[in-house]
Amino acid sequence: MRNDNSSHQGGSFYQRDRSWHPPAFTPDYKTSVLRSPKYALLSLGNTLSEMTGPVFGHAMLGPLDNDLILNYAQTGEPIGPRIIVHGQVLDEDARPVRGALVEFWQANAGGRYRHKKESYLAAIDPNFGGCGRTITDEEGRYWFRTIKPGPYPWPNGVNDWRPAHIHFSVFGHAFAQRLITQMYFEGDPMIWQCPIVMGIPSREAVERLVAALDRENTLPMDTMAYKFDIVLRGRRSTLFENRMEGN
Amino acid sequence: MVQSLRRLKESPSQTAGPYVHIGATPNFSGIEGVYPHDLGSLPLAPEVEGERIVVTGRIFDGSGTPIKDALVEIWQADAQGLYPGQGERRGAADPHFPGWFRQPVDGTSGVYRFETIKPGIVPYFDGRPMAPHITFWIVARGINIGLHTRLYFGDEDKANAADPILGRIEHRLRVPTLIAPRSDADGKPVYTFDIRLQGENETVFFDI
Ligand SMILES: [Fe+2]
Repeated sequence: MRNDNSSHQGGSFYQRDRSWHPPAFTPDYKTSVLRSPKYALLSLGNTLSEMTGPVFGHAMLGPLDNDLILNYAQTGEPIGPRIIVHGQVLDEDARPVRGALVEFWQANAGGRYRHKKESYLAAIDPNFGGCGRTITDEEGRYWFRTIKPGPYPWPNGVNDWRPAHIHFSVFGHAFAQRLITQMYFEGDPMIWQCPIVMGIPSREAVERLVAALDRENTLPMDTMAYKFDIVLRGRRSTLFENRMEGN
Repeated sequence: MVQSLRRLKESPSQTAGPYVHIGATPNFSGIEGVYPHDLGSLPLAPEVEGERIVVTGRIFDGSGTPIKDALVEIWQADAQGLYPGQGERRGAADPHFPGWFRQPVDGTSGVYRFETIKPGIVPYFDGRPMAPHITFWIVARGINIGLHTRLYFGDEDKANAADPILGRIEHRLRVPTLIAPRSDADGKPVYTFDIRLQGENETVFFDI
């Protein structure tokens, strides 16, 4: 177990810019219609219940947790383009978020998830499970190895397809920073046809979720690389902030 | 022109999707052998101090149908009202209590269930006590950004009446959406916290 080392930055979090995130109600993504609250969110701000958060130590990680090529391999390695995904978890002030648990999950190279509710015809890969996790280092960096997921069809419109993507779940230093998002791949034209992506109001915001092909970190004759930085909410400095003694 | 603040924008949220269980609870979803257990699913250690309770319920969509594919995370203080993990500066919490748990809802019934302890009292930023509560975070297919809410306890009328957060809810008819009634089963208090995403008795969700 480790501490957050953040006594110099222990203030409350910047207000979340709700106009930057997708709204709850995005009717082109049909499932959102009945799952979107209609009332305005009640502004709570941060209390201790939001400014604290769980700590995950490196001891919980297995040696293959960040290697999806090997962590479910049964008879051989999974089929598909080998890629490294790496980046930094930062806050809105560009400070590294160290010790952040990052979890990821994805379809296989054919676009098929290992899940009983999945109905796409593409084949299950016997050697690919599709989940992994890691914890950021002192500079907020993370990396993992996987195979590039394929696009897949989904029941929304009669012929909607998701762009290739990897799901990410991130724990920062406080529960207020909790975030789930998706990573897309540079150059994929399907990003701009996806109702889930297009729920994000601006093109600029969508581009924050598109990982760049990172030729410099590609391993010759071995593995391609993509760089994907993740930004969590920043927090106020405690300058002049009225705080309870010992809080 | 003025100097730049050089701030970044938070990464936009995207739905956790229908396959969130592959990433968050792979053993539950049938992917075994990658992690020894699903994170946040271990039972309480016997050393944990505090009253054992069960927190359970369902999550309903706007048609009144229970959702079968949601994932629920809870975060709470220990029995003394101290948070484990990070960000707590008032003292050391119970070292055996993780404070954070994660469970999928049942794929058939939509019921989620946590076995935890009743949390103590945590102060509001102005020092007033907040009534005992558990923070909930809900993600699922069709939820574009995780929903934050709080469970308050149905047997804490006095503390709830003085709670600074509940006190801020202008529409008083909505306050009960955050209060879980108590029943008892197998000698343990059971608090039932049903969450309604939309429609009649829509749960109060917070912008934190
Ligand atoms: Fe997906």
